[in-house]
Amino acid sequence: MIDELTQILGPAQVLVEKEDLIPYSFDGTAVLRALPRAVVFPRTSSDVVAVLRLAARDRVPVVARGSGTGLSGGSVPSPGSIVLCLVRMDRIIELDARNFTLRAQAGVLTQAIAHAADAEGLFYPPDPGSMKVSTIGGNVAENSGGLRGLKYGVTRDYVMGLEVVLADGEVCLLGNKCVKDVAGYSLKDLFIGSEGTLGVVTEVLLKLLPKPAARQTLLAMYARMESAAETVSAIIAARIVPCTLEFLDSKTIRCVEEYAHVGLPLDADALLLIEVDGHPAAVADDAARIRELCSANGATSVRLAADAAEAARLATARRSAFSALARVKPTTILEDATVPRSELARMIRFIQETARRHRLDIATFGHFGDGNLHPTFLTNEKDAAEMHRVELAMNDIFTEAVALGGTITGEHGVGLAKKAFLRGQLGEASYGLLKRVKRALDPGNLLNPGKIFDP
Amino acid sequence: MSPEPNLLKSLDYSVLQQCMHCGLCLPTCPTYLETRHERNSPRGRISLMRAIADGELGTTRAFAEEMDYCLGCLACMTACPAGVDYATLFEAGRAQSEASGAASGPSRRLVRAFTLRFLLFRPWALHAAARLLRLYEASGLRRLVRRSGFFSLLPKRLGEWDRQAPPIQRHFSDGIIAAVETPRGPARHRVAVLSGCIQDVAFPDVNRATVDVLLENGCAVETPRAQSCCGSLHAHNGDLETARELARRQLDSIDPGQFDAILSNSAGCGSHLKHYDRLLAGDPAYAGRAAAWSAKVRDISEWLVEIGFRRPVAPARPVAVTYHEACHLCHGQGITAQPREILRAIPGVELRECAEATMCCGSAGVYSLTQPGTSAWLRDRKVGHLRSTGAMVVATANPGCQLQIQQGFAMETGELRGRPRVVHPVVLLAEAYRAETPSRPAPP
Repeated sequence: MIDELTQILGPAQVLVEKEDLIPYSFDGTAVLRALPRAVVFPRTSSDVVAVLRLAARDRVPVVARGSGTGLSGGSVPSPGSIVLCLVRMDRIIELDARNFTLRAQAGVLTQAIAHAADAEGLFYPPDPGSMKVSTIGGNVAENSGGLRGLKYGVTRDYVMGLEVVLADGEVCLLGNKCVKDVAGYSLKDLFIGSEGTLGVVTEVLLKLLPKPAARQTLLAMYARMESAAETVSAIIAARIVPCTLEFLDSKTIRCVEEYAHVGLPLDADALLLIEVDGHPAAVADDAARIRELCSANGATSVRLAADAAEAARLATARRSAFSALARVKPTTILEDATVPRSELARMIRFIQETARRHRLDIATFGHFGDGNLHPTFLTNEKDAAEMHRVELAMNDIFTEAVALGGTITGEHGVGLAKKAFLRGQLGEASYGLLKRVKRALDPGNLLNPGKIFDP
Repeated sequence: MSPEPNLLKSLDYSVLQQCMHCGLCLPTCPTYLETRHERNSPRGRISLMRAIADGELGTTRAFAEEMDYCLGCLACMTACPAGVDYATLFEAGRAQSEASGAASGPSRRLVRAFTLRFLLFRPWALHAAARLLRLYEASGLRRLVRRSGFFSLLPKRLGEWDRQAPPIQRHFSDGIIAAVETPRGPARHRVAVLSGCIQDVAFPDVNRATVDVLLENGCAVETPRAQSCCGSLHAHNGDLETARELARRQLDSIDPGQFDAILSNSAGCGSHLKHYDRLLAGDPAYAGRAAAWSAKVRDISEWLVEIGFRRPVAPARPVAVTYHEACHLCHGQGITAQPREILRAIPGVELRECAEATMCCGSAGVYSLTQPGTSAWLRDRKVGHLRSTGAMVVATANPGCQLQIQQGFAMETGELRGRPRVVHPVVLLAEAYRAETPSRPAPP
């Protein structure tokens, strides 16, 4: 089979040596590792078809992957699988300024899409933390979120169409450039967030928006985390919808400042990074009102970014939070438990208590506006006793998130890391429905097997 | 070479663990951009080192080749929010592949012995070799040899080497710089200038300009004779033992206690010189002096900004300048603002930023000799970005970059508007001081 793959794709596009495979035995997730049997690099959809046909014939599992930045083990190879790495399918095919759409191959970097849109005065809002590195295909497969979820939603909200290769090599085109389209089931939605278990996304058709004319970024510091939470409630109550509303706790603030040197005060208990965008007049008005609300709710200081460069520096600093936390301890495990916005303060307090109860180091940051938190365990995978306590703490946090009407994963996906908790959240009927869908589309269980659930 | 049994196993494991494979290094890594294979990326290489440290992988030939393929440009360190010390990992990885014999072939051993243990080990040997090369280049012999088609009979690589040989100058640094030079006014600082190896024989004018600029800014300058190589090429090429020996020799001949600063104008050297403390940490006889040394080493632009250099008051000569950041200045030493500050201080200079200014030009020590294909690809990419600024002056603060970019311009084809000048920022500053009218203010 390796020979056949080499024949179809060319020798440089098929890797089988141990030194080539080890670097594909993991993704951005801590601890999880497994060696594939080969890594292949398709350049076209028909390459993907050929690989999937061969795999189906020989019953070899296939794990699709982009840049391998996932945080739930979704692109960690199943042992002995073929890794289908799509980074060479990196062409932006069309930007249609009349219909506000962009068509791209799956391996295009998310950042390249944002730039291409920007160059035309348009805007692709989803901005996952890894957007400089991650591919749009990976974003669709994981239904990635980002910092702008509160106002603009997530990747799903910008996918108008997909080209998907099914497990048997069949190519399906789903969706089109029409805003309204009710012809048949909305099957593209089935594949968004399916983590490569139902088909391989090879091409995407994305919706773009006009670029907001103005933006303003504010940074508010707090001596008490509760004051930050109250500010968020106050902003929402005032019917203002910022495009980002980010929260960093004291531990995260210190780590980020040490890396990014943007002048964050090291003694703050919490900070909010708030961005508003839109019509210049509305932005100015919103920023002024938010500033008042911050002060009224106990902010110790409120800073307005002087210019676009400073705003970008602040956003980059926030974006680096996860990696900056990795400086503290050898192993960094990032979770994404999410609750309805109204339950946020309660959830943060619960995480802090959980850390104390299990004697663990947990830093928390996240998207305050949409309830998506990132409790981050700073630990050492070589310390078995502590890793056990990490598992217990995670279990507590997931159980509480679900009890508050939330979810075990807001934007990273289930992958391998959260498989054990999925049934508890979904309940028997919905969990069973997942399996029925999987069996219908991938009866041989060849596409990313063992991820999300065991069929 | 002294036996250093599995260097990756004896390395502090937490340095390897520091990488949480988030992938933020990928888009900044030139070799990953070339192949899009994880193995050719920082996190891929670290995973291989970790596999060796864990005993899952031997020190294989493929690993050694991978370490050779890495430019050591350290762009990944700038990109890495987790603070992975890739410089240390890179040196340990290369040393491991050398120590294990995985990288060896007979001709490779010979070339390494000649360059690292002979040419760059004895100052007189480098000078003698440089004089020979000068004879070859200046006497017309090179033209003759090239015209004869002699190189077509030899392995292609020798012809490459001929093309890449630096233009050797008639006088080296010690011919144009006195051992001690004092400023016209009172000396406010006492500094030592390190003249480098390539800089010394190919760009002694950069050393002269460095001294001139220091004199203009109230520094008494000592430029020790017969300086040793700093050992950076040795450390970057897996010969840590020789690198330590050279560092000790440097510390024997220059006492850091005597100076306010020890100055380098070559980014690759400076980046290594600043880490003598780390290199000799395990040597009780030298660790203290090495720490004092590291605390004193500065890049020339860093020092000039630190002491508040005087802005030249020469009449403005309008010129567009673009700046290429040497990897070991921007990534290795985190110095990006200071050279620009110097350029902007020069009357008439319009600084035009180029795309990918912090991306490696492919020079990378001896990389242009060991990996000519990748090196040329990076060189042409760089020259393209520099050209598109329209600037006819390219400033850069490392002799390797200067040679590489000069060569890139020399090899351009198609219709071109002249060949841009490639120059160290400090040379432009020295020229501006020289162009000041006779009624210029006396140095403070």
